Amino acid sequence: MEAAAEAGNLAGVQHIILVLSGKGGVGKSTISTELALALRHAGKKVGILDVDLCGPSIPRMLRAQGRAVHQCDGGWVPVYVDQEQSICLMSVGFLLENPDEAVVWRGPKKNALIKQFVSDVAWGQLDYLVVDTPPGTSDEHMATVDALRPYGPLGALVVTTPQAVSVGDVRRELTFCRKTGLRVLGVVENMSGFVCPHCAECTSIFSRGGGEELASHAGVPFLGSVPLDPELTKSLEEGRDFIREFPESPAFPALLSIAQKVLIEAPARVP
Amino acid sequence: MEEVPQGCPGTGSAQAGRGASCQGCPNQRLCASGAGAAPDPAIEEIKEKLKTVKHKILVLSGKGGVGKSTFSAHLAHGLAEDENTQVALLDIDICGPSIPKMMGLEGEQVHQSGSGWSPVFLEDNLGVMSVGFLLSSPDDAVIWRGPKKNGMIKQFLRDVDWGEVDYLIVDTPPGTSDEHLSAVQYLSAAHVDGAVIITTPQEVSLQDVRKEISFCHKVKLPIIGVVENMSVFVCPKCKKESQIFPPTTGGAEVLCQDLKIPLLGKVPLDPHIGKSCDKGQSFLIDAPDSPAALAYRGIIQKIQEFCGLHQPKEEHLISS
Repeated sequence: MEAAAEAGNLAGVQHIILVLSGKGGVGKSTISTELALALRHAGKKVGILDVDLCGPSIPRMLRAQGRAVHQCDGGWVPVYVDQEQSICLMSVGFLLENPDEAVVWRGPKKNALIKQFVSDVAWGQLDYLVVDTPPGTSDEHMATVDALRPYGPLGALVVTTPQAVSVGDVRRELTFCRKTGLRVLGVVENMSGFVCPHCAECTSIFSRGGGEELASHAGVPFLGSVPLDPELTKSLEEGRDFIREFPESPAFPALLSIAQKVLIEAPARVP
Repeated sequence: MEEVPQGCPGTGSAQAGRGASCQGCPNQRLCASGAGAAPDPAIEEIKEKLKTVKHKILVLSGKGGVGKSTFSAHLAHGLAEDENTQVALLDIDICGPSIPKMMGLEGEQVHQSGSGWSPVFLEDNLGVMSVGFLLSSPDDAVIWRGPKKNGMIKQFLRDVDWGEVDYLIVDTPPGTSDEHLSAVQYLSAAHVDGAVIITTPQEVSLQDVRKEISFCHKVKLPIIGVVENMSVFVCPKCKKESQIFPPTTGGAEVLCQDLKIPLLGKVPLDPHIGKSCDKGQSFLIDAPDSPAALAYRGIIQKIQEFCGLHQPKEEHLISS
């Protein structure tokens, strides 16, 4: 019975994409959120699974902080962030009584919750499930890949910033993908430069070129460079729809092209 | 988090190793034997080993990518500029060890001697240890679960022969998990001066930093103060300021006021910092007059003052 319930909860999910990085603070949650918003604008139904248990950022990015999680026969009901119910979300953030409370858990307890997030959330019919992860190659990542393996994830988007220190960690993440048999859809380079709003001078604040070199070294596609845009940061702080509100932003074309790549990669699933 | 589904009952619990959720946990047998509830002998060993270390500082953040390693590296550089100050830098980010690259020590190896592991010395008075030195290739991934990471951290604290050290700086990964619990646990008998918490101005960082502060309170780790990194960007061409990571909820300043914690300083975004780190050089030497370098020096001075006021008491040094 349990196996049937497990298959049931992810059976309606067409494609699963993981967003990974060896490095912290490169924009995994940002890319996960913007990808979900872009896919929604392409008419898709999207779920986001936030398995960053220590630093769950996604609820705030979609203005869903403080929402309650309800139960149904199939398990937990994911939180819908919009009236049209085109984006739903599950995060440990919804399970904390106090948002400032630290989740101070060792590996086994984290693994147990991640397994539940994968098997006990009633995701329903989704075109895409985007899985946002914390930085690293440890318990959360192994638990997530193991739990999702039976459902054949489409692959992983791997995020880096241009500088060598970031690329140095992300190379290890690519090894993790290879060792766990997770296909890499491509590398995204975030924070690729800043265009001064006063004089239009472009400065490579976090160095340049690392993302493309990394993709080339690892033999995986380079999906594009997303420049720094304070409007993007602000929009995520306030839980707004950047894709709808800022089409003229320098970050917009890159984000859209990443979403288009995901749409092209997803083969039509045999029902 | 009581209503969270059954996970680990806790190593000190009567159910330790015996509960249903213990099945498959690598520590199950240990807990069931009752050994999990006994204090780890390594804690005393580490206390002994670190008797020659005057001041211990943890560099923490709930959030990734805010500049912990950058700050740790430059705190080490700054303190070591005085050749009479012995500095040690320990990198306990097991999955993403950035310190070797930032210190220009990539490819260096660790040597064993009779008195333990020797740190890699950048200068005579600046020694560094990181899991990065134990990996043979820059592509090697450390895909370890918690218990194995904890074992490595225990070894770093117990088996590295630091010698006589004025400051031991411990750089940590983001989060509030195994590495942080282990570091605090293993250092529990050795006096830790406190934690420096790094953040960037935006709320998405601050919300994680509040959790980190809550963690510090929970484990009774004193907080030296907060550093706000990537505060403001000054365009090198027109010199006008932009806030790339806007402080939508008041930034570290408001957080520190609310939580009554010292704000040690604000460091602006400077492209030279990233470049120096990539080259493995000290940004304090590369761009000594930049606003960012001056901000760093002010913060380092405040940390030294804090440590000077909180000298380890004699009873910590002479015990049992």
